Amino acid sequence: MPAPGSWQPARIVRTERATPSILRCFLAPARPFRFVAGQHVDLRLTAEDGYQARRSYSIASSPGPEPDDLIELAMERLEGGEVSPYFHDVAGPGDEVELRGPIGGHFVWTPADAGPWLFIGGGSGIVPLASMVRHRHASGSASRACLVHSARTAAELLYRGEFATMQSSGGLVYRPAVTRADAAAMPGMPAPDQGRLDAARLEAVLALLGGAPQVAYLCGRNAFVETIAELLVALGVPSRSIRTERYGG
Amino acid sequence: MATRGFSGRGRPPDEGRLPPGQSLTSDFPVLSAGPTPKVDTRTWTFTIKDGPRPVARWDWTDFHELPQREFTVDIHCVTTWSKFDTRWRGVAVDDLLAAAGIDSPRPFVLAHSIDGYSTNLPTADLAGGRGMVALYYDDQPIAPDHGGPARLVVPHLYFWKSAKWVNALQFLARDEAGFWELRGYHMRGDPWQEQRYTDD
Repeated sequence: MPAPGSWQPARIVRTERATPSILRCFLAPARPFRFVAGQHVDLRLTAEDGYQARRSYSIASSPGPEPDDLIELAMERLEGGEVSPYFHDVAGPGDEVELRGPIGGHFVWTPADAGPWLFIGGGSGIVPLASMVRHRHASGSASRACLVHSARTAAELLYRGEFATMQSSGGLVYRPAVTRADAAAMPGMPAPDQGRLDAARLEAVLALLGGAPQVAYLCGRNAFVETIAELLVALGVPSRSIRTERYGG
Repeated sequence: MATRGFSGRGRPPDEGRLPPGQSLTSDFPVLSAGPTPKVDTRTWTFTIKDGPRPVARWDWTDFHELPQREFTVDIHCVTTWSKFDTRWRGVAVDDLLAAAGIDSPRPFVLAHSIDGYSTNLPTADLAGGRGMVALYYDDQPIAPDHGGPARLVVPHLYFWKSAKWVNALQFLARDEAGFWELRGYHMRGDPWQEQRYTDD
């Protein structure tokens, strides 16, 4: 498992608004490193008076065979946030932040792992799962995989076009879902399911997989993860098969 | 090296109380790596092991007969949040060892949890009132997602050492890596020396 190196400069190469609240941010670390899908980096910002803020961001890009010159993060703007407004509103290409990584040794996926896999993300919890399914796609894995993404609206379904393509060409079952009643579908992707994920929907997903997954990866805010984990356990998925990455409180 | 255009919230007034790289939260984040176990106190037990050998075991009722202490402590998570003045009540590890009749425990401990989690630390970090098996947080039974009904609390080390859903302490001759320690985290985890990851 790649271990975190020391703090190093990382240059913002490009940013791109991907959804109304999420910014894709491409960074070039001074010292490129190997990582495993699901790992994250810590970023550190320093104010003039020496005050420092640190945040963790899951790596969204798939690891390549060599250390990557560029890694992709996807940052959600948080209301009243301290760091996300900096990336959304102030930072631009050429700006430098400090980075430490890769970090993480449990919520990780490699092509050598045995499937089938279930990936369930809530909101920006899709980010580490994106790295996993992107890597799965690039590696040509044949094991069954289902990706469920629940967001408020279809516009918030990050990487929806890309996941839809993986469904048609790569054997990934992509099940987007939106929770806002007025949410409309978007072109180029399967129509999302409506409403919160419940036992019936999860049961259908498990049926698609042909039974309990070898590993289920759940990521998002704690309340979402806790609910989904409890539902999966009640549906007979062994607790030990469920890995959770929890954002926020 | 300042980051262009970043000002942030500024230095907090209680900065000296925060270990390096930490920031203060008023929340209590839940960052467990798996589902929350449902623990039935009717079948719950707590075991002290000397190497592989169980030497003492209590059920829920017996465990509550043991002396209880309270402490109010700052806690520090490796993910960088810290929380001040958290209040816990439970059984000090010193009192567990005394009740088990162990005068000189082996120098290292592996704390075991109901869901298979484990974490290691030197016995000295649990002795002298530094660690307890906590039953109450802020006068309430500890909530399941915070590790209830009983969790280890070792506030002077990063909080991943404070094993949730703890049900055994195993005393060993050698330091043996637990769950996170096997996955890149530091064997001791002292926040004041910023011992987050294995090689720190």
